[in-house]
Amino acid sequence: MIPAAFEYYRPTDMKGVIALLEEHGDDARVMAGGHSLIPMMKLRMAEIPHLIDLQDVAGLGGISIEGGKIRIGAMITQHEMINSAELTKAAPILREAALQIADPQVRYVGTIGGNVANGDPGNDMPGLMQCLDASFILVGPEGERVVKARNFFEAAYMTERGDEEVLTAVTFDVPQGGYAYEKQKRKIGDYATAAAAVQITKDGGPVASASIAMTNLSDTPVWSEGAASALVGTDCGPEALKAAVAAMLGDIDPTEDNRGPVAFKRHAAGIVLTRAIERAWSRA
Amino acid sequence: MPDKMHVKLNVNGEDHEFLAEPRELLIYALREKLNITGPHVGCETSHCGACTVTLNGKSVKSCTVFVAQANGSEINTVEGLGSPDAMHVLQENFREHHGLQCGFCTPGMITRASKLLEEIPNPTEEEVRFGMAGNICRCTGYQNIVKSILSAAAEMNAAKEAAQ
Repeated sequence: MIPAAFEYYRPTDMKGVIALLEEHGDDARVMAGGHSLIPMMKLRMAEIPHLIDLQDVAGLGGISIEGGKIRIGAMITQHEMINSAELTKAAPILREAALQIADPQVRYVGTIGGNVANGDPGNDMPGLMQCLDASFILVGPEGERVVKARNFFEAAYMTERGDEEVLTAVTFDVPQGGYAYEKQKRKIGDYATAAAAVQITKDGGPVASASIAMTNLSDTPVWSEGAASALVGTDCGPEALKAAVAAMLGDIDPTEDNRGPVAFKRHAAGIVLTRAIERAWSRA
Repeated sequence: MPDKMHVKLNVNGEDHEFLAEPRELLIYALREKLNITGPHVGCETSHCGACTVTLNGKSVKSCTVFVAQANGSEINTVEGLGSPDAMHVLQENFREHHGLQCGFCTPGMITRASKLLEEIPNPTEEEVRFGMAGNICRCTGYQNIVKSILSAAAEMNAAKEAAQ
C-alpha cells in the first residue's frame, strides 16, 4: 500500500500552519496522529498533495482543569487521557470512552483533536463531546472562534471547520453526576455498531438532568434531547428507560453496512443506551 | 515526484541517516533501507500488530507511520531487546511456554509486551490481555502468549527484588 506522493511540512507554530493552509487551500491537510488519515491515504481514498504534520506545533498539548472548566489540547492522545489521573477524577467518562477506542498501539498515537475534527461518524469522541456540551476552538487566518460540538458535525466527514482552520482544543464544564460510555463493537479495533454517552444528575430521588448522545447511528453523532428529557423527573426505572430508548430511536438514522442491517443496529442502539443509562444512574 | 528527504533515525541505540520519500512507511524504511527485519509486514492496515515498534517510548504500528513523521526519533525493535545468545527474559519465556507456533507475530508481540511490562510491571492476566489487544496471533489461541508474558513479569520482578 503506497499512498500518493505528497510534500511534507512540519511547522513549529500555528502561524506557519495557517500560512501553509492559506497557500494550498483544499490541497493541504493537517495531520495529528494520522491514524484515520494515513489508512485513507494508503488506500488512495484520500490524496493530500501537501501534508502538514502538527507534532512540533507549540501550544496544542496540555490538559488543564481550572474553575470548573476542562481544556484538552488537540494533540492530547487517547493514551494520555487514559493515564491522566486529574482528568479521570474530573471527568471519568473520558477514560471510560478512550479505553474502548481501537487498540493500545492506536491509542498511543490517536488524538482527541483528530478524533473530533475528522468528522467520521464512527469515531467515539464526537458523540461524547456532544453529551458533555463541549466547545471546539478553531484557529484560522481571521483568528480564533468557538463552535459548539452540538453544531459542529454536518454530515460524514463534513464539519463546520473551514479549510483554512485548525481545531486546537476542546473545552467543557466539569461534568456532574453519574456517567457511562457503552459501546458495542464486533472486535477490538472496530468502530461501534452502536455506542451511547450518558451523563445523569440526581436531585435527591429523581433524575435532575440528563444528556445523551449516540455514536455511529447516523452520518453524524446524535445528541438526543428527547431521550434525555424522557428521564428527567423520573426514578430512572424500566418505564423511563423504555421512553428514553423510544425517543432515541426516533432521532437516529442508521444505515445497513457490514456491521449489520438497520433493524439490528436499532436493536443494538436500544441495548447500549439501556446499559449506559443504568450504569450512569448507579453512579449518580 | 517530490524530492527525497534526509531522514535521521536512532534505531536500537544506533544512528542511521538515509534518503527517503516522505510517503514511505516506517516499516519499509526499517526493513528495506536499514535491513532491520524483526518488525514484520502482516496486514499493513494497522490491525495485526506484527509491525509494532517502540517509537519515542510509545508502542506503535510502523505500517501506519510515514518515515517523515518518524524523522529525528528513537526507535526500538525486537532486535534491540535480545539476541540468540543473550535472549531477553520475554524471549526466554516465549520459548519456555510455547508462546509461538509459526512465529510471524512474535517480534511484534515481544516488542509490545516489553513496553507493557515497563508501564505495568506486575500485570494481572486481564491487564495483559487488554494491553496486548492490538496484536493478533493466528496460531496459539493466545493462552501461551499470556502465560509467557505473566511468567516473564514474575521473573523480572524477582530479579529486581533480588537486586535490591
